[in-house]
Amino acid sequence: MQLQVQQTRIIRRLKIREALFHKTLSLSAIILIILLFCMFLTLLVSSLPSIKALGLKFIYGNTWDPVSGEFGALSFLVGTLLTSLLALLISTPFSLTIGLFLGEYYPKGWFSALLKNAVELLAGIPSVIYGFWGIYFIVPIVRSLEMKLGAPPIGVGIFTASLVLSIMIIPFSASLIRLVISMVPVTLKEAAYSLGATRFEVIRYIIIPYIRSGLSAGILLALGRALGETMAVTMLIGNTQALPHSLFATGDTMASVIANQFTEATGKVYFSALIEIGLFLFVVTTIINIIGRNIIKRFES
Amino acid sequence: MKERLRYRNARNLVFKFFVIVFTLISVVPLVLLILYIFKQGISVINWNFFTSLPKPVGEIGGGIFNALVGSLLIILVATMMAVPFGVTTGMYFSENSRNWVYKLAHLSVDVLQGIPSIVIGIIIYLWLVKPFGKFSAFSGSVALSFMMLPSIIKSTEETLKLVPHALKEASLSLGVPYYKTMLRVVMPAGISGILNGVILGVARVAGETAPLLFTAFGNPFLSLNIFKPMASLPLIIFNYAISPYDEWHRLAWGASFILVSMVLILNILTKLTEKRWKVQF
Repeated sequence: MQLQVQQTRIIRRLKIREALFHKTLSLSAIILIILLFCMFLTLLVSSLPSIKALGLKFIYGNTWDPVSGEFGALSFLVGTLLTSLLALLISTPFSLTIGLFLGEYYPKGWFSALLKNAVELLAGIPSVIYGFWGIYFIVPIVRSLEMKLGAPPIGVGIFTASLVLSIMIIPFSASLIRLVISMVPVTLKEAAYSLGATRFEVIRYIIIPYIRSGLSAGILLALGRALGETMAVTMLIGNTQALPHSLFATGDTMASVIANQFTEATGKVYFSALIEIGLFLFVVTTIINIIGRNIIKRFES
Repeated sequence: MKERLRYRNARNLVFKFFVIVFTLISVVPLVLLILYIFKQGISVINWNFFTSLPKPVGEIGGGIFNALVGSLLIILVATMMAVPFGVTTGMYFSENSRNWVYKLAHLSVDVLQGIPSIVIGIIIYLWLVKPFGKFSAFSGSVALSFMMLPSIIKSTEETLKLVPHALKEASLSLGVPYYKTMLRVVMPAGISGILNGVILGVARVAGETAPLLFTAFGNPFLSLNIFKPMASLPLIIFNYAISPYDEWHRLAWGASFILVSMVLILNILTKLTEKRWKVQF
């Protein structure tokens, strides 16, 4: 009798623990969803004052003047798009060739292993260090280039920021492109080889058409990365709140203006205008990420 | 016919040449960067650099003791918060994979990974700095723990999914309760994979500057109170790098050297744990 009571007690205790364990697991997943939702809500609510006060003028206005209370973010939008697209333009040939090198030409061997590690390391180096290095290493190079071209030799600016940004996003798109290239069915490639195709022709007519969607996803995700990149760009773009008139002009991106002005923002509208820029970044990068990841997932299955 | 063949072969060779050249060129920046930082940083490093505080402008010398301690403390607190939450979430993912909670939470992890770090800084500022009216190292840790989460969750999910089903079934068939099976059998089998994700997460946030700008804020003095502003390596690099003083640039180079070495070592460590993991099964 006593034994039986003890047994049921133990079993009950186990059942409680079991239930507790399951609850903890599902609770943490649910908390994660709630946290993400709260993040979005926080940004939205905090940028309401600026949305109300500025409306659409926020997007098409290009004067950013906290003193007179004018906040038009057009120049930052343009700056962000310009630096990111330029960085993509510079980096894509390189990430594509790294992807081909590691995925098609030399998937094995010590040099490829070394290269893979080097690319991963490139991704691991902090953004602030890229910025610091850029100030000392890239800026003088760009300055001498500007002198040759007859542009004002400032050194910092859209072009410099894009250049360093392109180095920073290479690893990201290269690893994705390598992934999709390695998923091309061997049978397809072998069929083409057996028909007498050269390697170039296999790449041009089999691999590239096959990975087209994966390739665009890789570039899209790299764009998402570039849009939100803060420190290196802040240190190299020159930080002027005006529409850039040339590639070598100084400018500002959405992320860099937040980094520079957020702690100094006085006044309700000023503060919330900066948060609205953050909200915009949040929404855009989220959409880009969801689309890009869905393409990759569909590609994998 | 023969000419056509020659043309095709030539095109093939030229393309291969381009692939190799472009690949080699893209390694150049990495080599340049690492060499440059080592060259600039190594001359700054001495015992004094590690153990003293930064000096005011105009005085020679000084070190980054406060930033070093601050960085370690902020990352430690962030890891302590992110690991339990990340591991339980990852465990949930590995056990349930078809319901709506899984799908939504998985999407949340993907979204979290893509949010620019500066935006996370803003959010944590609104959550933890503005209501209390002061910058604090703790808020910085919270921001960093959010950035670590995706890699911890993903590595936990993936390694636990890889643990052989037979192990779990054997344990369950012996009458071991489910929670004990998960904690005592499945988790230890995948511990090196989880550890790998944690180190990867630490490596990812060790150099993060943007989320700390509005949270930990920085502090020229040594502080061990996590509810006060605190210095950290990335912040000190940023602040000194954009300052006009040569002496501060020197300190920033030394700090960069330390930070890059830290990230390098952490990366190598993940490679080692990864290898051990592969041998195990």
